Amino acid sequence: MEPVAESLGTPVGRRIVLGMLGLGGAGILWGSKLAERFNRLLAPVAAMDQTGLTSLLPASGGFRIYSVVGLPDARGEADYRLKVSGLVERPLELSMADLRALPATRLVKDFQCVTGWRVPEVPWVGARLADVLDAAGVVAGAGAVTFHSFDDFYTESLSLDQARRSDVLVAYGMQDGPVSHPHGGPVRLYVAPMYGYKSCKWLGEIEVTAVQAEAYWERRGYDADAWIGRSNGRDDQPV
Amino acid sequence: MAATTSPSDPAAAGPAHLVRFDLAERALHWATAVLFLVLLATAAVLYVAPLSAMVGRRTIVRLVHLWAGLALPLPYLLARLGPWSSALRADVARLGRLDRADRAWVRSLGRGRRAPLGKFHPLQKLNAAFTAGAIPVMLGTGSVMYWFEPFPLAWRTGATFVHDWLALALFAVIVVHVAKAFGDTDALAGMWHGRVSRPWARSHHAAWDAELQALPTRPTSGSQDRSA
Repeated sequence: MEPVAESLGTPVGRRIVLGMLGLGGAGILWGSKLAERFNRLLAPVAAMDQTGLTSLLPASGGFRIYSVVGLPDARGEADYRLKVSGLVERPLELSMADLRALPATRLVKDFQCVTGWRVPEVPWVGARLADVLDAAGVVAGAGAVTFHSFDDFYTESLSLDQARRSDVLVAYGMQDGPVSHPHGGPVRLYVAPMYGYKSCKWLGEIEVTAVQAEAYWERRGYDADAWIGRSNGRDDQPV
Repeated sequence: MAATTSPSDPAAAGPAHLVRFDLAERALHWATAVLFLVLLATAAVLYVAPLSAMVGRRTIVRLVHLWAGLALPLPYLLARLGPWSSALRADVARLGRLDRADRAWVRSLGRGRRAPLGKFHPLQKLNAAFTAGAIPVMLGTGSVMYWFEPFPLAWRTGATFVHDWLALALFAVIVVHVAKAFGDTDALAGMWHGRVSRPWARSHHAAWDAELQALPTRPTSGSQDRSA
């Protein structure tokens, strides 16, 4: 060995940096397969975990809390009211008791975010949006529905046909409990076949309109018809 | 400041303090540290559900995270490309290699007396290399996550996976790094003021101290030559 090289020592730093660059590049190309495998591997562990620590691990499956504002002030079940307005025969202000009086539907379905994360088999409980609309009586000429969060910041919209689907709920139950405040409680929308941004949190008002309004994320370039696996350039498994 | 003592007895005399880091190196360190703190804090808000719920305001938090991330390589580029880069270059060269002193030190683990170390501890060298590797990987994966449109969807998922795991690793390494710094306030002060005491240098980096005392010229110059 050359004595000069000997005295300089092994270039460990260069090897580590190059190795990390190589791993990082490989991770971009093939990491999705690894993430999937990891997700499946971890799912049973996460299901038993009472501490919630596994949810801190990447790709372990679990909700991430997205809010475009600071969370709105919490609203208790007692003073909660859901307005139904617009092109209806009878504008309504529904209390929690009114919502619970409508036939309850339980769905166990995935929640898929347009950014890629997915929570498998979430139990949802609520009234069908179709039943809520029927209670108010949609008038002729109505073609769409706009949803407003009760802090009046977020909006979403569906066509009337989409809104009448049996897998679209005005949900007051989630994961076998009430819908918690961070998840959009006490009442949120759950639009099963569409990406999560459609499932308006902190639902305050359902407004029936003639044409479909351009809502919060649609103004920012996301698809209005947000079918999982068939919109926003994604190919996820449909729900 | 001149070290005029004989190399055979370096500990006997010489200056009371040694220059460990110059201004450019310290500016680089602390600018990078502040950016890393901002990145970790905003990452936690974006990633940890209870914190996301508490803070919300995802758009602005994400924007701060993005800009802090894009700024992360700038302190190094500025420190490295300016006319003030000589000490940094020398230290980068030292940090990049595990030399004979490091090997002797590793072999002396578990024995009574540790072999004398050069200017940097082997774990400091690994930390520097890990951080130097992590910055471009985080920048690359973060860019694919943010500007995802031209890429296949699987790339975004893969980039997210790498970004998330490496962030956890960085968090762990930074926590250990900060804990070690607060456990050795002389070393921390060295990174803040640039100077360390001779007794500290002799007890922690004896080979470095000896090397500086053996140099005929300014002790700050980061020469690669080992006269030992």
